[in-house]
Amino acid sequence: MAVVMLRAPLKDLAGGESEQRVEGGSVLEVLRELERRHPKVRGWILDEQGGVRRHVNVFVNGEMTREDTPIDPQDRMHVLPSITGGDVA
Amino acid sequence: MTELLVGTRKGLYDYRGDPGGRFEPTSRSFEGDVVEYACRDPRSGRYFASVTNPFYGPKIWFTDDPAGEWQQATGPELPEESGASLVRIWIVKPAEDDGHLYAGGDPGVLFESHDNGATWELNRGLWDQPTRANWSPGNGGLCLHSIATWPGDPMRVSVGISAVGCWHTEDGGTTWEWAAKGIYPRYAPEDVRETTMNLCVHNMHRAPLQPERLFMQFHGGVYRSDDGGHAWTSIAEGLPSDFGFPLVIDPADPDSAYVIPLAEGDRMTPDGRVRVYETRDAGASWKERGDGLPQEDAHLGILRQAFDRDGEGESMGLYFGSTSGEIFGSPDAGASWSSIASRLPLVTSVRVA
Repeated sequence: MAVVMLRAPLKDLAGGESEQRVEGGSVLEVLRELERRHPKVRGWILDEQGGVRRHVNVFVNGEMTREDTPIDPQDRMHVLPSITGGDVA
Repeated sequence: MTELLVGTRKGLYDYRGDPGGRFEPTSRSFEGDVVEYACRDPRSGRYFASVTNPFYGPKIWFTDDPAGEWQQATGPELPEESGASLVRIWIVKPAEDDGHLYAGGDPGVLFESHDNGATWELNRGLWDQPTRANWSPGNGGLCLHSIATWPGDPMRVSVGISAVGCWHTEDGGTTWEWAAKGIYPRYAPEDVRETTMNLCVHNMHRAPLQPERLFMQFHGGVYRSDDGGHAWTSIAEGLPSDFGFPLVIDPADPDSAYVIPLAEGDRMTPDGRVRVYETRDAGASWKERGDGLPQEDAHLGILRQAFDRDGEGESMGLYFGSTSGEIFGSPDAGASWSSIASRLPLVTSVRVA
């Protein structure tokens, strides 16, 4: 199973564990399984269409990925908000 | 004591104070997030907040204590097969029947809850409109921001959508009718002004004692309807500008409406003066109600949900917030005003709890 690394607030929604071991053959499958195990995560990383939200980045072994990127059991996945700043607010 | 729920670009503030005096903040929630709208359902006492996290999207939260823990509502979300995603929730509004609430959002979508706001489902009647593919957004998105229920009749509801005009149901939301005769969209090409659906409603409210009467702040125009929102009459004569976003009515007086005119060019208070305008004759005439408001070098923006009232009649409280982070209040239906809070983030909404 791949390891999914989460930070607040996602970590809190996933039961308080920052490191989750989750099954799945692709980024999308892993994130769907994460939602199934922790229903509070639903709607936070993936939108209604099953796409990773525009301002959320998913890295696998340090490389930015897409929903269909294959996942191996030894992979480490980080789910992170985009770097932002300089908006009107 | 009056409680104000102030949504801002950086969280929700709960202010409390006595009308005519300074208000004090009692809590702040959702510190890093945009709070689009917050309100309290007087029937259940439950508070609601529409919150858009810049990374994780729009959510509805509820609580019985705004200083305590908030709980995320289940839903609202769009059908997976639609190819669309929810952008934000603009309004949460109690319906006429017990436990029933509405929420309006972008893209032109209405949700309903039948369990006091814990879970939400899409209103398919409006979602499945055959014309939806041609709906055009306004600058703020395709936002359903106004929900006008009919006192005592849960079957009859009107909604305002920017920029698709107003829609009416008489069967509880199963079917909807678009009707907006008499609205003149001067931003549209002349040859389609009579027929276009692209009507940029900014705000709409129903007079509860005469529910067939509605008032509307339009994108360039202020209107009144006396037939439930099917035909509209311009009532903008006498205002310094017919542009603006919010609108408030006195529920005790079906002939009343309050608007805050903004200049159409920069969407700020015209001539550097902050003025609220009141009609008590259904729009035949308007009276300036600015005593105590800044009258020099004051360039404020006031957004569509950032104006509300408390009570009714001559002692009705009026409250509005600006994009520059100031809250103004009047304890006497607009006769006098004062600044009741300042140095806040951009104010998106003001609602009396």
